[in-house]
Amino acid sequence: MAKQAEKLIVESPADFEQYYRDMLFIRHFEEKCNVAYRQGKAGGYMHVYIGMEALAVGWMNAIRKGHDNVITAYRDHAHALLLGTDPVAVMAEVMGRKAGTAGGKGGSMHIYDPANGFYGGWGIVGGHVPIGAGLAFASKYRGDDKVTLNFLGDGAANQGVVFETLNMAGLYDLPCVFIVENNEFAMGTRLEYHAADPELYKRGIPFGIKSERVDGMDVIEMKKTAQQIVDYVRSEGKPFWVEVMSYRYSGHGAADNDRQLYRTKEEESEAMKRDPIKRLVEVLIERNIANEEKLEAIDAEIVERVEKIYEEADASPFPDVSEVYDNIYCDMNPEVGH
Amino acid sequence: MPNLEMTFREALQKSMIEEMDKNADVFLMGEDIGRYEGTFKVTKGLFPKYGHRRVLDTPITEAGFSGIATGAAMAGLRPIVEFMTMSFSILALDQIINHTAKVHYMTNGVVKCPIVFRGPGGAAKQLSAQHSHSMEGWFAHVPGLKVVCPATPTDVYGMLKTAIADDNPVIFYENPGLYTVKGQVPDDPNFMIPFGKAQILRPGKDVSLVGYSRMTQVNLAAAELLAKDGIDAEVVDVRSLLPLDTETIYASIKKTHRALVVYEDWRSGGFGAEIAARIGEECFDDLDAPVARVGGLNVPMPYARVLELECIPDENDVVAAIRKMR
Repeated sequence: MAKQAEKLIVESPADFEQYYRDMLFIRHFEEKCNVAYRQGKAGGYMHVYIGMEALAVGWMNAIRKGHDNVITAYRDHAHALLLGTDPVAVMAEVMGRKAGTAGGKGGSMHIYDPANGFYGGWGIVGGHVPIGAGLAFASKYRGDDKVTLNFLGDGAANQGVVFETLNMAGLYDLPCVFIVENNEFAMGTRLEYHAADPELYKRGIPFGIKSERVDGMDVIEMKKTAQQIVDYVRSEGKPFWVEVMSYRYSGHGAADNDRQLYRTKEEESEAMKRDPIKRLVEVLIERNIANEEKLEAIDAEIVERVEKIYEEADASPFPDVSEVYDNIYCDMNPEVGH
Repeated sequence: MPNLEMTFREALQKSMIEEMDKNADVFLMGEDIGRYEGTFKVTKGLFPKYGHRRVLDTPITEAGFSGIATGAAMAGLRPIVEFMTMSFSILALDQIINHTAKVHYMTNGVVKCPIVFRGPGGAAKQLSAQHSHSMEGWFAHVPGLKVVCPATPTDVYGMLKTAIADDNPVIFYENPGLYTVKGQVPDDPNFMIPFGKAQILRPGKDVSLVGYSRMTQVNLAAAELLAKDGIDAEVVDVRSLLPLDTETIYASIKKTHRALVVYEDWRSGGFGAEIAARIGEECFDDLDAPVARVGGLNVPMPYARVLELECIPDENDVVAAIRKMR
């Protein structure tokens, strides 16, 4: 572990600039998704990652992209984008287009890109957690050295199947990091109203799993902690349960348009002071890695990039109705017709 | 290849052993399947042969291990999951229906999910209300799953091999009343029976008895009784519910002009109701009488043997239904 801490100190300014670019890209991409939703170009349930960028950026920079496995729930755009999924395909999926990651059959909640190690994109709270453990099980069965990052929300931490999974992860020594993205709300229910003990990090302990609570609003710290945990899981072949403290500035989903039902504006402005992007900007300026002019130029560049992504996705066609039966099975179709 | 005489249970074992020997990615998981050799002893001898890596004892946690199997399959392994009884698969329905069955479609064909969920389904003997469910109709309702219900040792041997080789999730349904049924099994590791093919186990000209799993055995016994009355019944063994071979069923009815669908599941809404509806839709002009059904009584399974037997269709119920046919 000490070695890893040393490694962080020698991280280059280029790394920090990349974190900035990554977080900003997610922020603008998600804002554009909100625009698409308001325009009626996206539908259904859509959940954006605004405010939580440091979390995914920290973790994705701690793994071997394309080699390790990542799985998460329905707030899934950021994970896919950071793993290298074509952003046009992600935006097209959000818009239900044929060019989407799942040909328009999945939507915002179901982005998949196994070629880049991304296994979704799941809609049932907590339901994917054993599946992530299954990816890790396969690594152990085969004796490869992949680590699986298994993201879940604080609300999911109460699901029975999560406890079942932790028991088996501990029992079988599965190389899996369970990452609780604690954004303080299970939809509109605050942590203290849904968890008997709000210190969720303790929940790995009864299963013999190393457990920690860490800050997820500081990307540099996030990356450092994530690296230590990923290295531990890879070298020891054991699971880890980590509660990452975060906050989402947006609503639960695009249809959550009255956040004041469960939190005040004052609380939100207080939380804005911890904005992970602002925090990194301070570091970049303080350490002379970039000046405001440069940061603004990067921002403008990313805004333009996202605009192009949006336009390209929006120009792409909807799936053909004839595709509706495709890929229910690998080798047959179900009964046809109404 | 010579045939070997063996029980339905031994045919299952033989099938699993041969497939595990062929492919190192095939492994078993489930409750008490390893050291304890399985509640119905289907996995007898497998733990000593393959060890805990490939014959994995799980905690009693059906949703959890079904999910782990799904993830393992998404990563390319080929798990065979045993439910101690299909009644316990109810705890895993969220995983199987809302996750496993959706993987291929939600990824638009990018990810495959080759799993076999197998185990005893339907009534055994006096296991009463919570351990006697017929779950096949619940699963056969779900696009994305395949559901098969073999009735003979030959079929269970060949169809399990097909299930293990299949790249889709398969529900493999074994009625516990069949485990001791004996039959001829080909001694051929490459023997396979494709899904979606019904078979005529007894040809006849007067009426088609359409069933699957243990009810096929009941239909065979009923056909013998009917023969004594001069009624020549054809026994159609459906074998595979999803995909369903309607062609063979309809062809039989075109010949006999009468159809009785027999199933152990609750009569209302069971899979036999689906088969009957399709016969009604497609064979109306060929039928000399309305399509009829014999199903399990619509009650939670009672414990007392006399009550339990009342609930499960038998050959006398089948004969009575034929006599009632107009």
